[in-house]
Amino acid sequence: MPPLLEVRDLVKHYPLTRGVLFRKQIGAVKAVDGVSFDLRPGETLGIVGESGCGKSTVAKMLVSLERPTSGRILYKGEDITGLSGRALKAVRRNIQMVFQDPYTSLNPRMTVGDIVGEPFDIHPEVAPKGDRRRKVRELLDVVGLNPEYINRYPHQFSGGQRQRIGIARGLALNPEIIVADEPVSALDVSVQAQVVNLMEKLQTEFGLAYVFIAHDLSIVRHISDRVGVMYLGRIVETGTDTEIYDHPTHPYTQALLSAVPVPDPEAREQRERILLTGDVPSPTGIPSGCRFRTRCWKARERCALEVPLLAVPAAFRDADTPARHDSACHFAEEKRVVPGDPRGHTG
Amino acid sequence: MLLEVRDLYVEFRTRDGVAKAVNGVTYSVDAGETLAVLGESGSGKSVTAQAVMGILDTPPGRITGGEVLFRGRDLLKLKEDARRAVRGAEMAMIFQDALSSLNPVLTVGDQLGEMFVVHRGMSRKDARAKAVELMDRVRIPAARERVGQYPHQFSGGMRQRIMIAMAMALEPALIIADEPTTALDVTVQAQVMELLAELRRELGMGLILITHDLGVVADVADRIAVMYAGRIVETAPVHDIYKAPAHPYTQGLLDSIPRLDHKGRELYAIKGLPPNLTAIPPGCPFHPRCPRARDVCRIDVPPLYRVSEERRSACHFWEETVDASSA
Repeated sequence: MPPLLEVRDLVKHYPLTRGVLFRKQIGAVKAVDGVSFDLRPGETLGIVGESGCGKSTVAKMLVSLERPTSGRILYKGEDITGLSGRALKAVRRNIQMVFQDPYTSLNPRMTVGDIVGEPFDIHPEVAPKGDRRRKVRELLDVVGLNPEYINRYPHQFSGGQRQRIGIARGLALNPEIIVADEPVSALDVSVQAQVVNLMEKLQTEFGLAYVFIAHDLSIVRHISDRVGVMYLGRIVETGTDTEIYDHPTHPYTQALLSAVPVPDPEAREQRERILLTGDVPSPTGIPSGCRFRTRCWKARERCALEVPLLAVPAAFRDADTPARHDSACHFAEEKRVVPGDPRGHTG
Repeated sequence: MLLEVRDLYVEFRTRDGVAKAVNGVTYSVDAGETLAVLGESGSGKSVTAQAVMGILDTPPGRITGGEVLFRGRDLLKLKEDARRAVRGAEMAMIFQDALSSLNPVLTVGDQLGEMFVVHRGMSRKDARAKAVELMDRVRIPAARERVGQYPHQFSGGMRQRIMIAMAMALEPALIIADEPTTALDVTVQAQVMELLAELRRELGMGLILITHDLGVVADVADRIAVMYAGRIVETAPVHDIYKAPAHPYTQGLLDSIPRLDHKGRELYAIKGLPPNLTAIPPGCPFHPRCPRARDVCRIDVPPLYRVSEERRSACHFWEETVDASSA
């Protein structure tokens, strides 16, 4: 099946300027600095990374809330980055977004019915005027909310229920793609599972493709078919969930995975922690060569001179192992860092 | 015992009625020990800590019963100035949000030094030197140069180190850390937790770690107390609870977190929502969400049953719960 979305060399730079009258550019915040990936129908692509890695900016560009500085986003083969007016509106209908914060992404002065039904004002062809209330009730039911709540306001709902409202709004126009930016990170553990399960159910029911962006590596593994790891504006490693979690080859992915606290006290002693030193460099002054080299324990001279490309590393090119996947490191090596399950479950 | 909280009750007067935030909490921490207090939002874990520290907003909050014994003295009976002498010097707190807990218009050196000026009567110059020493100790690079900088000039992880430095300044016997790494990225979180554990070992302090993260608890705690609706529902040594939880709520939490080591099938989801604290259900407060609930659960509040020497569970059916989870 051809991909729904093809993202190629996507770049977003925010200019830093000085002066009011004679503005001149003195630099740029390189939020996203060359990101490429495909999204196929019905699949979930997880994007993980720490704050400031550019994952949310990628999300905004996918739903045309931000215009890329360069690069292309192809939706079913058509470049949508330059679209405007009616053509853009038509594409946006198919790519919807669910936001992180269920407390600020819903207008407190609108009823739930108005919030979920608002997309119909912009795309009246989806639901004729007389039919909207019925459509909204249906949507509330689909996301597990009582349709009788249609006249309530957001503050009358809990965080988890609010996130369901946000999802209902995202579904209103029958999109093919949902971009979810940290959809469960503001929720309590017991409610998180409810929302994750709902998203999986809806995916099967409506054949949705998800771009699921999060910093929680366990949730991303659970929901994703493929995973991309971002660092400072770029994807540094990408592959299936098994390839990334059980056979990571990029040092950053390894450090990230080794730092995740796992709910197993026995792992404390056995586990090898890779503690990175220092902080992520500022996106206004990205290191030359490999952008991870300033925190990497393997960095050598070559890393400062040559940008590593996101491709299958030479060492694994002919090997028949799950380590054979794209990794942007000159010295890629496989290293297992995730400990096993204490209660002996298997996948 | 360094700290013993006994049968503590805290209420808040709100527009919707009286919110019963803490309903008979009992826990203790020894010197050199790490107790994790685990709970979701509204479980009362932070309110209990605020009552222990004596920083509860009263009103609207009100302590309606119980004792907080610190080295045998009931802190709730102390006058405010005596309390203030304990706070900072003998027990200190680290908050989640370092940026809003630090004063933005004072340099970090002034804020760290203030501890020594106020509690130890040091000169400002000596206090400054102490501040540099502390910053070195929490491994802030270039401490001497950075001591004159303001909080906004530090990264999130570095600010949390400053908070830790401030809490440790007077080498207190007890530190309460309320979600100390929740706002931090995972690689930075690991650095900060490591630092905290190291300092605790070095100084032999007691540590109460308040968190919602079962992973963080497994990493650092000796014992755990799980809270729900203002009550402790289970306490146990940390190794036991992960192997075989003795309360359905703990079990539900453990089953609902996705795993890092395999993809897994559908997640277990605890049905429903945490209770409204102005109308906590009668009987066991967890019964409306509990898969094991029976008639008795709707009527009788379960006491903390003795599961073993070191374990307690507030579930009428703790035996089946342990059996089911260890099967």
